[in-house]
Order: sequence, then C-alpha cells, then structure tokens
Amino acid sequence: MPSAEAPLVEARGLVRRYGAVRALNGVDLVLGAGEVLLVLGPNGAGKTTLLRTLAGLLRPQAGNVTVAGRPLSRDDPAARRPIGLLSHQSLLYDELSLLENLTLAARLYDLPDPPRRAALALEAQGLASRQHDRPRSLSRGMQQRAAIARALLHDPRLLLLDEPFTGLDAVAADRLRSLLETHRTPERAMVIVTHHAAEAWDLATRVGVLVGGRWVLEAPRPGDPVEFHLAYQELARG
Amino acid sequence: MGRIFRHVLAIAGKDLRLELRSRTSLLSASVFAALVLIVFNFARDPTAVATLDLAPSVLWVTVAFASVVAMNRAFTVERENAAFDGLLLAPVAREVLYLGKYVANLVFVLLVEAIALPLFVLFFNVDIAGALPGLLLTLLLATAGFVAVGTVFSAMVVRTRFAELMLPVLLLPFMVPPLIYAVKTTVPLFAGRRLSEVVDGLRFLALYDVAFITLSVLLFSAVVDE
Amino acid sequence: MTADLSQARAVTMRGTVLTALALAGVVTVMVLALRFTPVEANQGLAQKIFYVHAPSAWAALLGVALTGFASILYLWLHDPRLDRFAAASAEVASVFCFVVLTTGPIWGKPIWGTWWTWDGRLTLTLFLFFLLLGYHTLRAALRDPLERGRFSAVLGIMGLVLIPFIHLSVYLWRGLHPQPVLMKPSSPSMPPEMLRTLLTSFAVFTVLYVGFVTLRYGIQLARDLREAADAG
Repeated sequence: MPSAEAPLVEARGLVRRYGAVRALNGVDLVLGAGEVLLVLGPNGAGKTTLLRTLAGLLRPQAGNVTVAGRPLSRDDPAARRPIGLLSHQSLLYDELSLLENLTLAARLYDLPDPPRRAALALEAQGLASRQHDRPRSLSRGMQQRAAIARALLHDPRLLLLDEPFTGLDAVAADRLRSLLETHRTPERAMVIVTHHAAEAWDLATRVGVLVGGRWVLEAPRPGDPVEFHLAYQELARG
Repeated sequence: MGRIFRHVLAIAGKDLRLELRSRTSLLSASVFAALVLIVFNFARDPTAVATLDLAPSVLWVTVAFASVVAMNRAFTVERENAAFDGLLLAPVAREVLYLGKYVANLVFVLLVEAIALPLFVLFFNVDIAGALPGLLLTLLLATAGFVAVGTVFSAMVVRTRFAELMLPVLLLPFMVPPLIYAVKTTVPLFAGRRLSEVVDGLRFLALYDVAFITLSVLLFSAVVDE
Repeated sequence: MTADLSQARAVTMRGTVLTALALAGVVTVMVLALRFTPVEANQGLAQKIFYVHAPSAWAALLGVALTGFASILYLWLHDPRLDRFAAASAEVASVFCFVVLTTGPIWGKPIWGTWWTWDGRLTLTLFLFFLLLGYHTLRAALRDPLERGRFSAVLGIMGLVLIPFIHLSVYLWRGLHPQPVLMKPSSPSMPPEMLRTLLTSFAVFTVLYVGFVTLRYGIQLARDLREAADAG
C-alpha cells in the first residue's frame, strides 16, 4: 500500500532514445516505500532501459527520476546512495577475490569498517568459505549470490532487479524468493523486471506491463495470477 | 576532502592490484619499450650521428609508444562483468572516478618508464647520472600530461571496435607538445646543463598538465555518463 | 524541433549557391592574382600561390575553432544541430588543411628547394589535419548518434585547447616560412595591390567555408532524416 508520505521513487515522463528508436516513450512511475513493482513486457520493450534509468546509469532525454526525495543527476552523486542494482552481469572484477570486490564497494559507499562489512555480506549469502576466491571459480548460482551480496551490501532502500530468476534452478529460485521476502520491509521498495511473473507473484504489490517503451498496464497487483497471465499475453501481443 | 582522497585511493588501488595480478599490460608495454630501443640501436649509424644527439629523441619516442600500449588496458578491464557499472552506481562523483583511473594509469606508465630508463642507459651507453633529477622531473611532468588525455580517450575508444588502434590515432597529436618540450628539456640536461637552465621547458610542461588535467576532469562525465 | 526533407533540401540548395558564388570568387581572385597583381620581387611567380595558401590556412583554422566551440555548446545544450554543424565544419576544415598541405610544397619547392619543411605554420596545419583525421575516425567508429555526438564533442574541445599548445611548441623551431607580413605590429609591408588581392581572397575563402559547411550540413541533415524515417 502506498504510504501517505512522499514516494520513494518518482519518475515522470521518461524518454530515452537510441538513435531514432524510443526505448522509453513517456514513462511515469511512482512507488512508495514497502512496495514491490513487477515489470513485464516483451523483449525490446524498454524494461532494462527503465531499470538502468532508475538506477542513474542512464540519463533520460526527457523527464527525471527522484529517489528518496533527491533527483538523480550528475551533480548529486549522493542521490544514488539508496539504490542497489542486481543486473545480468555480476559487476565483479575477475582478478579480485569476492572479499576484495565487496570491500571496494563498501569503501565507495563509505561504509564503516569496509572489510568487515564485506565479510558479513558474503556470510549472509553463505559465501564465507569462498570469500578469498575469484568470481570465475564459482558456479553460476554462487556468482549470482555474490552479485546479490554486492547489491545488498549498503542496505539499499530501492532495490532494482533485472530478470533475477533467469537461469536459476528451482532451489536457487526459492532461495532468492525468500531472500527478497526478507529484504522487503516497510522502508524499502523493489522493482523487479522479469519474464516469469509467477516467480515473484507473491512478492509484488504492483504490476506493470511495458510495451514499446510505454505502460500498457500499471496497477496494483491483481489477485489471480492465471487470469492475469492471459490478459498479459494479449497485452504483450498488442 | 578526505572522502575524495579515500575514494581515489580505493579506485586507483583496485586498478593497480588488478594489473599487478594479471601483469599482461605491464609485460607487453615493457617488452615493447625494450624492442623499440633495440630497433633504434640497430637502425642508427654511430659514426654518422652522435649518440648524445639522438638519445633524447629515442628515449621519448620509446616512452610515448610504450605509454600508449600501457594505457590501453585502463578501461578494457572494466568491461568484464560490466564492472564499470558498479563504479557508476556508487555515490561517487565522475570527477573522482576519473582521478582514481588517472592516478592508476600514471603510476602504471611511470612504472613502465622506470623499466625503460635503465634499458635505455644500458643500450645507448649514456651517462645520465648528472642529469637524473632533471630527467626524472621532466618524465613526471610530461607523463602527467599525456596520461591525463589518454585516460579520457581510452574510456572513449573502449566502446569502438578497434580500441587498440584508435587510441594512438586520437592520442598522438596530444602527445606532441609535451614530447617536443620534453626533448627540448632533455637535450641540454644530457649535455650537462643545469636544471635551472631548462626551467622554461618545465614550466610549459606544467602548464600543459594543468590545462589538460583540468579539462579531462571536467569532460570525463560526458564520456562515461550515458 | 522536427525538420523534414524539404528543409534539408533548402539548406543544401543554399549551400550549393553559396559555394558556387564562392568558387566564382576564387576564380576572380586567381585572375586578380595573375593579371592585376604585381609579381613579387624575391619569389617570382610561385609566390602567387600565397593567395590560395594563406586563406586556406585561415579557413582551416576557422573550421577547427568553430568545431571546438560548437562542441562546447553541444555538451551544454545537447542539440543535435550543433553536432551536425561540428561534424560538417570539421570535414570542411580537413579539406582546407589538405589544400594548405599541398599548396605549401608547391609554393616551397621553387623557392626553398625542398618539398617539405618543418616550419611553424605548415607543421601546425599538419597537426590540425591529424587531429581532424582522428575526429573523423572516431565518428566513423561510433554507431549510436548520442554517443558519437558526446565523444566527438569531447575530442573537439580537447583539440581546441590543444591548438595553442601546438602553436607554442611548433614555433620552437624557427622555420623557413615567410615571416608574417600582414599581422605585424607595424603596418602591413606589402604593396596595396597585393594587399587588396589577399584580403579579397580571405573574404572569398570565408564565404567558401560557409558555403561548403552549409552544403555539407544540408546533406547530413537529409541523411539523418532518411535514417530516422527508416528506423521509426
């Protein structure tokens, strides 16, 4: 339920062009603390572009993004502090150990006692025994856990996830789901881009369908996933 | 202020650690420097041109080429696993990111120069003992200048297909003024002149550094922010 | 701001007319130079190339400077027209650089006995040429128009700041280049007919620059519009 106070994320009229193509063609988004938005849509609809714009990695040609009351801009790096991103890539350096990778991140987020914070974050993902290993020596599932550790390291209020369930087996998917459940608190919000609405259905409070850079649907999450799935197929086709 | 310093140190430290572990660029740049020196040695006729006349140019050409090789790695390493996104996500100003990269590149290129210089002395039999303080200062000032520009350009060319070719094409015009003044400063130093006599050249190098480090800091965001 | 093909055609037409006028002007200058201007005492007939060589250098420098300033504005305003202009100006500047680099040796050989000298002005132009080559190579290597615009602008601004430094460092070498006869503290030391021809030539070449850039801009605008139509 959206809280009475200011929303955690607010984006208005986002437009992002690549050459002549409009990846985002006037997208609004308002998300309050405690909410979880599922973003669905066909490939090329602009989902990843939307996520990266919310993360501050892309600057829209029109519109802007405000997170926790601060507009994202080049001149205000601190505005990015509440944001965490779990993307397709792990954002880890192959020649650094997991611990070194996370310690670097901890330093960049000005966390106290960076090595300890890093170690704790890895421990929370069950990677304590592998903390001195390099990402390349880990299985894909473990690499994702390392990426999750990195994303959650600074306790982000806004967590952005780009198709986090892709390529995970049932066990890993369960694990991720319960992790996100734990992460979801009244002060935090999440935006999850996914192809598998069912995977994160119970988590979600809102659902949005992006087609051709625009919302064709953006509403509180309906009760019945099956019914929604049928409607979604129609929407995605159109 | 201390925060900025810590961030710059963290980023530069990360880069140096990465490079010292893989050693690929350090090795190729050093080998390249050695090869250039060897080729110069065989390509000249010691009876026709005195070593001392040729030596400064040889040294600086070697330094120039080797540093381009060395700087290529700066942003290719950021492509693995989209690690650079991690840096861009952080609440760290782009100017600070630049400084971290710049410091790492500078240390790295100076390291290559530290390897090339003894080789140069060895192959060309030049007595630089007296000129050493002046030479080191010139090396530092000249390197600081073109590494500043090279750091920005390597961030750009990493997005193109022929990054290793593009960097020298873009960078060489920018290396010319520091190279010219570096050679102009080195010639009298090798001939035994005192540091106080080449102050003009050093001043020019410092001016170049101030101009281009400032410009690079300001323009870096335009390169890395999409 | 949306343009359409008819607008692009109008710009191209304007550019063609200007260029045609300017080219007629160049012919006039040549006639002036050959028939109505005295022959220089020391250098003889070869000196006449000066009336093409010097204004070309001016046009090249003008082009590079305007590319630099357009780059600054582009990074500030993000207007694609500025990027298009910067690219057109850079291309035209390359052409003028090429003219300088070819007329220079043609002028120099009969007078100094060598095709090339490393004197100040020629060397500066050579470096401008390489700077511009780098600029074009970079643009060609980038697909995304936004990225291409940003990166070109960064290179353009860096290049602009580089020019005074190249100027300073290249003039360390005293050259064979004729010492400045026009831009001197005292009054110009050439006979009035030569001055007249020279100034006319400068004016004509400036118009030629404007004509070329307008023409090139129009062509690029049409190309961009067609690309947008294909993609959208």
